[in-house]
Amino acid sequence: MTMASLTLYPDEERLAGTDRLVFNLYLITGLVLFVLMMLLGLGMRWTQAQWLGVPSNWFYQLLSMHGAGMVGTSVMITTATMWFFLRKYVTLHLWAFAANYVLFMLGALCIIGAIFGGGYAALWTFLYPLPMQGMGMWSPGASALFMLGYLLIGVGSLIFYFDAAAGIIKVHGNLGRALGLQWLFGGTINQDHPKAVVASTSMVIANSLGILAGAVALVMSLAAIFFPEVKLDMVLIKALIYWFGHMYINAAIYMGVIGIYELLPRYTHRPYGLSRAFLWGWATTSTLVIIVFPHHLLMDFAVPHWMLVMGQIASWGSGFPVVVVTTWGALSNIYKADFKWSLPPMLLILSLFGWVTGGFGAFLDSTIVVNLTMHNTQWVPGHFHFYLLLGVVAMTLGFIYHVVGDRSPETVQSGLGGKVFWLYFAGALVFLFGFLDGGRLSVPRRMAERIDAWIFTDQVGAVGGTLVFLAMLYFAARLTAGLLQTRAPAGAGRAGAAHAAR
Amino acid sequence: MKNQDVILTIWLTGAVLISLGFIFVIRQAGQPDTDAAARVHASHQWQGRLFIVMVLAFIVGTWATLRTFPIPRQDVASGAPQTVEAVGRMWSWELRPDKIDAGSMVEFRVTTVDVNHGFGVYAPDGRIVTQTQAMPGYTNRLVHTFAEPGIYTVQCIEYCGVGHGPMRATFEVLAPRGQ
Repeated sequence: MTMASLTLYPDEERLAGTDRLVFNLYLITGLVLFVLMMLLGLGMRWTQAQWLGVPSNWFYQLLSMHGAGMVGTSVMITTATMWFFLRKYVTLHLWAFAANYVLFMLGALCIIGAIFGGGYAALWTFLYPLPMQGMGMWSPGASALFMLGYLLIGVGSLIFYFDAAAGIIKVHGNLGRALGLQWLFGGTINQDHPKAVVASTSMVIANSLGILAGAVALVMSLAAIFFPEVKLDMVLIKALIYWFGHMYINAAIYMGVIGIYELLPRYTHRPYGLSRAFLWGWATTSTLVIIVFPHHLLMDFAVPHWMLVMGQIASWGSGFPVVVVTTWGALSNIYKADFKWSLPPMLLILSLFGWVTGGFGAFLDSTIVVNLTMHNTQWVPGHFHFYLLLGVVAMTLGFIYHVVGDRSPETVQSGLGGKVFWLYFAGALVFLFGFLDGGRLSVPRRMAERIDAWIFTDQVGAVGGTLVFLAMLYFAARLTAGLLQTRAPAGAGRAGAAHAAR
Repeated sequence: MKNQDVILTIWLTGAVLISLGFIFVIRQAGQPDTDAAARVHASHQWQGRLFIVMVLAFIVGTWATLRTFPIPRQDVASGAPQTVEAVGRMWSWELRPDKIDAGSMVEFRVTTVDVNHGFGVYAPDGRIVTQTQAMPGYTNRLVHTFAEPGIYTVQCIEYCGVGHGPMRATFEVLAPRGQ
């Protein structure tokens, strides 16, 4: 890594005009949606804790909105992270980035209309044949509108990824070289080869394939809605849905992590070298993450057993190369480094903790013998909220704090933000423990009704969730104000920001 | 100790170890060393050790958890002396028969006439003992031997619409004959 890239706010990252407008739209929309979706989540946890009386039919509508909204928002906002850094290394067209945003918003409107207008409540996974059998709660038309929303969002993502692929290929010749495959078995690794390009290329390949699998599932489902005589094979449709769903939400982590690679060394003032282990990690994960989805079908005994074995083995092997290599690299980067903590590195390191610790829970759950008692219990939202709430959201907040630090340097200093950081962290641990303990007690996930034995752990989770929500409200307000602020005078801003990093 | 308690304990142990690793490194941040080359060398050495431990854990763990495949073959009958036909529909279960002998293997043949359901078998203490999915167009064979007599509950654990929560049924596990 060159020393130039250790500059806290390099000139090539500066945003102006329409670039800044679109970028701000992504981030501010994402922050607002995170808050709103958390509010829905909180409504469900309070209902399970018996503190709120949301009726079951509304509960499942909220659940559908929360799931689709959080997954979509996570990918949308981390797409902005990828764009922000990748554009320094390859040509990205603003129209593609903007088109993704517009299609996301149109898709979101369809989804909101389907749920709150049409009563759709077949969850974000639209598992066939439930969308076609609303039993009076929703019509097939509402399901079709929901799926149309997904298609619009998927098309937006593909436009962005294909533009990124074109830009990457133009600079690096092909996607394999961009992934650094030429250095896997030997040769001197070019230390200027950007990690952002490696991670982006991985997602361009893997997430595009996942989205295409999802598109096939959506088109098949739409055909089944409009032509009820069309019957789909349950195993095939579920495999396609989870190929898409698993890949799509994982892409949020893999795009968001670019922020860690790019930013952490600037705060520690220490280069973050490109190693062969790093390249092997990404190459392995890029391959395995594509075939990992059968771990969602472990209890579908009719699935060929070789696929279930593949699901377990690929799960054990897929996330770990990147998560271990990244965590090791990042921790080595801060170990005995000469720097003072501020909010961006605090949040970035927290996100690694969330990713690894939550990932360990997911790793356990992907083991068939464990899945026999933990599948579809609250263990599942326990582990995925761990690496989303303490992983993706923390990663994104760290990135946005960094961006805002250029415009409003005092924001990144700990101060009140630091206190809210600890509120967020502590609240999240309590919230997550509520889910994981629910898994221990065999509390089913995705269920409005409760029995007495479950309520205490639900109440613990609801208290934690409330703290997280309050902290997120602060972060969203503070960061939105920061993003809208015009940049501080050059001298003051840079000096202040540099001070904050020391 | 129940299965679920073991799993939470394993996760908590891992979480504590991960936390200690993070705390150790974070405490060193801001205390710069003078010999960068030695630090990088040590980091590479530890990375290599971690890699070897993880590969060994992968191999041993895969062998230990898959050498006896936890799911019965679906293309042949299990040979269990007892069989229960289980049919799910929005939003009820039909179980035939609803009495099972403890200590003797039972094969549940689980299917659904409409959407996906989750066939979660809950012991009298409220914990899941085993499960499978009820899938449209397929019949899943779930094999289990109940050790303890009592009233067990089948709870739907795959979301299937507004009546999902109350979708449950019970069956009785009888003490082995002669006891």
